[in-house]
Amino acid sequence: MAMTQPSPQSGPRLSMRTRRAIWVWAFLALPVLFYSVIRFYPTIDAFRLSFTNWNLLSPPEYVGVQNYRDMFASAEFWQVFRNTFAYLIIGTPISLLLSFTVAYFLDRIRFGHGFLRALYFLPYITTASAMGWVWRWFYQPAPTGVINSVLGSLGMGQLDFLRSTTWALPSIMVTAIWAGLGFQIIILMAGLRSIPQTYYEAARIDGVGEFAILRKITLPLLKPTTVFLVVFSSIGFLRIFDQVYNMTTNDPGGPLGSTKPLVLMIYQTAFNSYQMGAAAAQTVVLFTILLAISLLQLWILRTR
Amino acid sequence: MNYFTRNVTRTAWIAAAAMGCTSAANAVEIEYWQYIYDSRVQAVDQLIEKFEAENPDITVKHVTFPYADYQTRVVAANMAGKGPDVLQMFYGWTDSFVNGKVLQPLPADMFPTDKIEAEFFPIVTAMRRGDDYYGLPTAVRSLALFYNKTLFAEAGIDSPPKTLDELVETAKALTKKDGGGNYTTVGMTLDMAGQDHQWWREVLVRQFGGTPYSEDASTVTYDDAAGVAATQWYTDLATKHQVGQPGFMDEGQAAFRAGRAAMTIDGTFRLGSFREIDGFEWGVAELPANAEGLRSNYASYFANGIGAGAEGEELQAAAKFLAYLSSPEAMQLWLEVVGELPARPEVAMTEANLADPVYGPFLKALEYAHTTTFVDEQAQRQVTMDMANRVFLQGQAVEASVAEAAAAEQAIIDRAR
Repeated sequence: MAMTQPSPQSGPRLSMRTRRAIWVWAFLALPVLFYSVIRFYPTIDAFRLSFTNWNLLSPPEYVGVQNYRDMFASAEFWQVFRNTFAYLIIGTPISLLLSFTVAYFLDRIRFGHGFLRALYFLPYITTASAMGWVWRWFYQPAPTGVINSVLGSLGMGQLDFLRSTTWALPSIMVTAIWAGLGFQIIILMAGLRSIPQTYYEAARIDGVGEFAILRKITLPLLKPTTVFLVVFSSIGFLRIFDQVYNMTTNDPGGPLGSTKPLVLMIYQTAFNSYQMGAAAAQTVVLFTILLAISLLQLWILRTR
Repeated sequence: MNYFTRNVTRTAWIAAAAMGCTSAANAVEIEYWQYIYDSRVQAVDQLIEKFEAENPDITVKHVTFPYADYQTRVVAANMAGKGPDVLQMFYGWTDSFVNGKVLQPLPADMFPTDKIEAEFFPIVTAMRRGDDYYGLPTAVRSLALFYNKTLFAEAGIDSPPKTLDELVETAKALTKKDGGGNYTTVGMTLDMAGQDHQWWREVLVRQFGGTPYSEDASTVTYDDAAGVAATQWYTDLATKHQVGQPGFMDEGQAAFRAGRAAMTIDGTFRLGSFREIDGFEWGVAELPANAEGLRSNYASYFANGIGAGAEGEELQAAAKFLAYLSSPEAMQLWLEVVGELPARPEVAMTEANLADPVYGPFLKALEYAHTTTFVDEQAQRQVTMDMANRVFLQGQAVEASVAEAAAAEQAIIDRAR
């Protein structure tokens, strides 16, 4: 048709669909370019670097899988690996359970609802480093630390918290859970509100108990929200850094490496020891773990 | 060419030069890099002003970065060919900066090796590689024992301890605990993450008859009876004598500032922060000697080096500026503004300085101080911290912990070479 009746405009005539696609891509080009340059390229380059020995000063030198071999042979790496999974495996369920409990009951009250919600959300908008430092002082031995001072005045013994290889990690995890709680509560409450009231009314008319309602209606219908939060919080715990670093700056990830997560190890390898190749190898491991865990969770919690 | 034409030609040349001068006066601009620390930045600004007044043909651009990314910035800029002409650097970075071609040797005609070694404190040799020097310090730092005079007076002790045994006895007399057995005041701070690791490495190990490293710094040599004895003595402060507790008030310097530690070991760089204390009086003493009177200390410094990229006129200007930064005049100014000790004995060891109750003990230490050749300071510090923590927290035997530390540190050194 275009051949028999030339268009008055110059240039080829495009269908509406094509033109729209061009417009869309024209607008998308900038963010795509931006992400390619500052996000995707470095990510892919990290894989290449992980096979090199590079100290930033001299050009990278290809060393094959040496970095990986050294990493898997070092006891420190496996300790850090265990720590990272401890943050994940203990942190995610506890934080979800807590936030669900709070959201579930907060959803039912009217008096002081907004105020309480704001209180729970407050830690989330506080700077992680400032919070890390406040908690760090809470945990000090008497006379500085609040918790130990109270224990001491009650005639009880002292808890070592950050000075103990056993308790340092849980002590730090508590602050991380507390910091993330507000966000999870808000999301869960939104999820709870989106469940149609008619289901509950129908169930109550049929005389179904509160616990059965929770188990048969609330939890299944909350699944999309839960999936999102599980993935989101897992990634958060796998990438934990701020709290650990700020609460242990004198002995980063200590004592004796008992609180060191993978991200802190990567930071130290790269920017304290300048072993960029080894740090890239650790990054690849972190990337793989994050990818595997996210996919696994999406698969387990998929909608059938 | 007769006299007249020659003269005219000369005049023309002078005129041309003079005309060019308006722009030629700023012909050479060099960049000076250091990290951000208020008093250091002020001192360099003042030095640049004086230097430019004396050398109107050179402009110095002063560029600063936060300490945390200073090293990374230097390295990244060097890779991009935009490195500084003169830069400040920790002596411990010399190896990596020389190997990575960040630095070039100081021009030998302006900085002859024998002259440097005659005029500076012996620790300056940490900047020497082969026959070349790669930098010169303006100021140096050493350690001393800070003590809380008010607490000493309350306990009726009139002078700081002079030996290690006296230190233990004094600390015992000054330690206070509450009814629950918790420390309220420690006699001595125990903080490996602070300066204690330097004290242990270069002072205690030597005082117990050992050496921390081999002569060429390639081998760890503290895994012997001396190293074990030094570690035993140090950890005993907490476990046996109970005069302090690692982690008390988070940091040793914080405990001292708060008036809850009678003694702490720290460096010249802490003077500024301790001078703000107004709750009590404090004093400074030389680090305690051992029973035989052997003293040691750890000295360190930031040096100024010339960037690898500087050449031609810029190199000349850079060398001139560096010479000025390490001149007696600059050192005096640095002492007044920053409070760090001059790197030349002629400026440092004046009667007035030696008699100074604060600077005196630090200065005396420079004559017998050692510098550690670090390959990765933070990693090596971590090894020493972990060594003490294994004893404190896990009850590991001192021998085993020292052996483990020596092996770990040797691995770090081997990796870097």
